Amino acid sequence: MSPVQVVLSRQDAAGDWIAQARRLLRAQTPPEAVIWSQEGANADLFADAPAPPETTNPTAAAPEETTEEAGVLRLLLLHAAPERFALAYRLCWRRRQTPGLLQMAGDRDVHKAQRMAQAVRRDMHKMKAFVRFRAVERDGETFFIAWFEPDHHIVAAVAPFFQRRFAAMKWSILTPSCSVHWDGRALTVAEGALRPATTHDDPVEAAWLVYYASIFNPARLKVAAMQSEMPKKYWKNLPEAALIPELIRGAAARTSDMIAAGAVVRVARPRRGGAG
Amino acid sequence: MASLDLAGKLALLADAAKYDASCASSGTTKRHSLNGGLGSTEGAGICHAYAPDGRCISLLKILLTNYCMFDCVYCVNRVSSNVRRARFTVEEVVSLTLGFYQRNCIEGLFLSSGIIRSPDYTMEMLGLVARKLRLEHGFKGYIHLKTIPEAAPELIEAAGRYADRLSINIELPTDASLTRLAPEKTAPGIRRSMGHLRGQIDGHREARSKSRRAPLFAPAGQSTQVIVGADAARDSDILRMSAALYARFSMKRVYYSAFSPIPDASASLPLSPPPLTREHRLYQADWLLRFYDFSVEEILSAAPDGMFDAAIDPKLAWALANRGRFPVDVNTAPREMLLRVPGLGARGVDRIIANRRFHRLRLDDLSRLLASARKALPFVVAVDWSPGPLTDDDRLIARFRPSPRQLDLFAA
Repeated sequence: MSPVQVVLSRQDAAGDWIAQARRLLRAQTPPEAVIWSQEGANADLFADAPAPPETTNPTAAAPEETTEEAGVLRLLLLHAAPERFALAYRLCWRRRQTPGLLQMAGDRDVHKAQRMAQAVRRDMHKMKAFVRFRAVERDGETFFIAWFEPDHHIVAAVAPFFQRRFAAMKWSILTPSCSVHWDGRALTVAEGALRPATTHDDPVEAAWLVYYASIFNPARLKVAAMQSEMPKKYWKNLPEAALIPELIRGAAARTSDMIAAGAVVRVARPRRGGAG
Repeated sequence: MASLDLAGKLALLADAAKYDASCASSGTTKRHSLNGGLGSTEGAGICHAYAPDGRCISLLKILLTNYCMFDCVYCVNRVSSNVRRARFTVEEVVSLTLGFYQRNCIEGLFLSSGIIRSPDYTMEMLGLVARKLRLEHGFKGYIHLKTIPEAAPELIEAAGRYADRLSINIELPTDASLTRLAPEKTAPGIRRSMGHLRGQIDGHREARSKSRRAPLFAPAGQSTQVIVGADAARDSDILRMSAALYARFSMKRVYYSAFSPIPDASASLPLSPPPLTREHRLYQADWLLRFYDFSVEEILSAAPDGMFDAAIDPKLAWALANRGRFPVDVNTAPREMLLRVPGLGARGVDRIIANRRFHRLRLDDLSRLLASARKALPFVVAVDWSPGPLTDDDRLIARFRPSPRQLDLFAA
C-alpha cells in the first residue's frame, strides 16, 4: 500500500489537520501509512522567510475526545515542530485501542506530546507576560503597537486574552508569522510583519525603565533565577532588559557601599539592644 | 535641594518599596474590560518581568510617600533616617498605574506608604487612589493596598471595597522584638486589625455567596510579611508564628523577607548581607505547612535547635529523621504519604496516582513522570526498584549534603 500524502494549508494547518484526521480515522488508515506535510513548509528551512499566518480556531477540537485530552492535542497542534501532525494522528489512532491513553504520561508518545504541549503553554504564558506596547499618536488618536517573536504558532490563540484586557484601546501585535489587530470592535488576524522601526520616544516607557532599575535590590543578586524565568531570547524585545548588564555590574559596589556606610554609623553611635 | 520631577520621585519611591516581598496578583475575582474600562484578571497572576535579584515584577510596587512619623529601626524610611524624601500626588500614582498597565508591563498596583500626618490621613489617601482607579477609570486590574493597622476601621473598610488584597505586616517574629525595634507599633494592635480584616473578608464573602449584588471586600484576602534576620528569633519562632497567623486570620500568605542592608542603617541592626538561604528554607517549610499536610511541630522536629539545616531542605531533613517510614511503594501508598517523599511535588504525586491506575509503575515510568526522580529514589519502591538498605544507611545523609565548596557557591 502506498502511503497517503496529506498536505495541510498554510492558513489553517490545525483546522485542516482535524478534518483530515477524522477522514483518515474513519477510513481506518494506520499512522505509518500517512505522510503529513504543510504547504510551503520548505520555507521553514530559511529563518528569514515568513512562516504561514495562523487562523486556527482555538475552540476547534480534534476528533472524539474529552476536554482534558482536547487541551493537549490542541496545544500540540500549535507547536512549531513539523512532526506534530504525525504525532497527534498516532495518538488519536492508538487511543482507539487504549482508552485513557493521553493520561498515561509514562507512554513515550504521550510523554512527548505532553512535553510539546507544555512548551506551547509556556510560550503562550510568556507572550501574555512579555508583549510590550508602545503608544503611537496618529491623527489625534492613540494606538498601541507591540512586536513579539513567539516560538510556536500561538498568536491567534493568545489574542483573545489581549482583547479582554485592552478592549477600550486600539492595538496591534506584530510577529514574524502573523499579526493581530484590535480596532475596538473586531479582532483581525493577518499576515506576518517586519519589526517596526522605533522612531519616537514613549515617555511612559522611559518611566518604566526608571521603575525597573529602582525596584531591583542589589543586595540580593540572583541572575540565574531571573534568567530561568526570563530567558535571554526574550530580552531583545523587552525595553527594560537593556538595563540588566549595568544593574548586575553595579550591584556589588552598591551593596558594599551600604554596608560600609552602616559601619561608619555603627562606630559613631552606642549600640542599642542585645540582638543582632 | 531641588524638587524632584516625576521620574525622580518614581526612582525614590520604588526603591523604598522594594523591601516588601509580595508580588502576588492571583486569586481574585475574574474581570474583563469588554464592557468598558481597562484591564482584566483571570485567576492566575502574570509575572511581566524579572529583576536581576530573581524577583518577579508583577505589580507597580511603590510608596505614596517615604516621609514617615514612625521610627521603626529596620526601615529605611523611619523618621530618624537621612534618606531623601518625596511624595506622589494621588493623580500621579493613578496615571503611572494606568500608563504601565496599558503597555502590558504590570498586572496592577501594590501601594504602600510611610505614615504622614496621621494613620487615618494616610489610610484615606491610599483608599483614594484605589477609588479613583476603579470609579473614574474603570480599572479592572489588581490592586493591593498596604493597610495601616492604627487607622480607623471605617477607613480600612473603604479601602477594602476597591482593593483585591489588603495586607498588614507583622514585621517581626516576636512581640518583644516589635516593641524594641518598632516603638510606635504594638503587636496586639496589629493582631486586632488582622482579626478585623478577617471578619470583614469572611462576612462579605458570605453575603456575596447569597447575592451577586453584595459588595466585594478584598476578594484576594489578606497577607503579611515578617523580616528574617533583624532580631534573634529562631526559625522555630517564625514558623510557629506563621502557623498561628494562617489558622487565626486565614492569611493567604506569610512572606519572609531576609533583612537587607539598607542605606543609613541603624546601629542596632546586623550589618551582614541578607540571610537568603534562611529565607528560602522558611518558604519551603511554609509550603510543607500549607500544601503537604505537615504539622508545624512535625517540621520542627527535624530542626532540633530551632534552626533549619542550611544544607538540606526541611522535607528531606524530616525524611532523614524519620527513615523508619520509608521506603514507600509508589504503586500502593496513599496520597498523603507520597507527598512526604523528598523530590515528589504535588504535581508529581498527582501524575503517579493518575498513571498507576493503568499499570504498575516501574523505574522507567518514574523517570518520565517526575522532574527529579533521582532525589526520590532512596525513599520509594517500584516494580523493579528497591533502595535496599540505602534508606537506613547513615551515608544517605552525607549523600544529600553538598560539599562545603558547593555550599559557598550557593550562599553567594
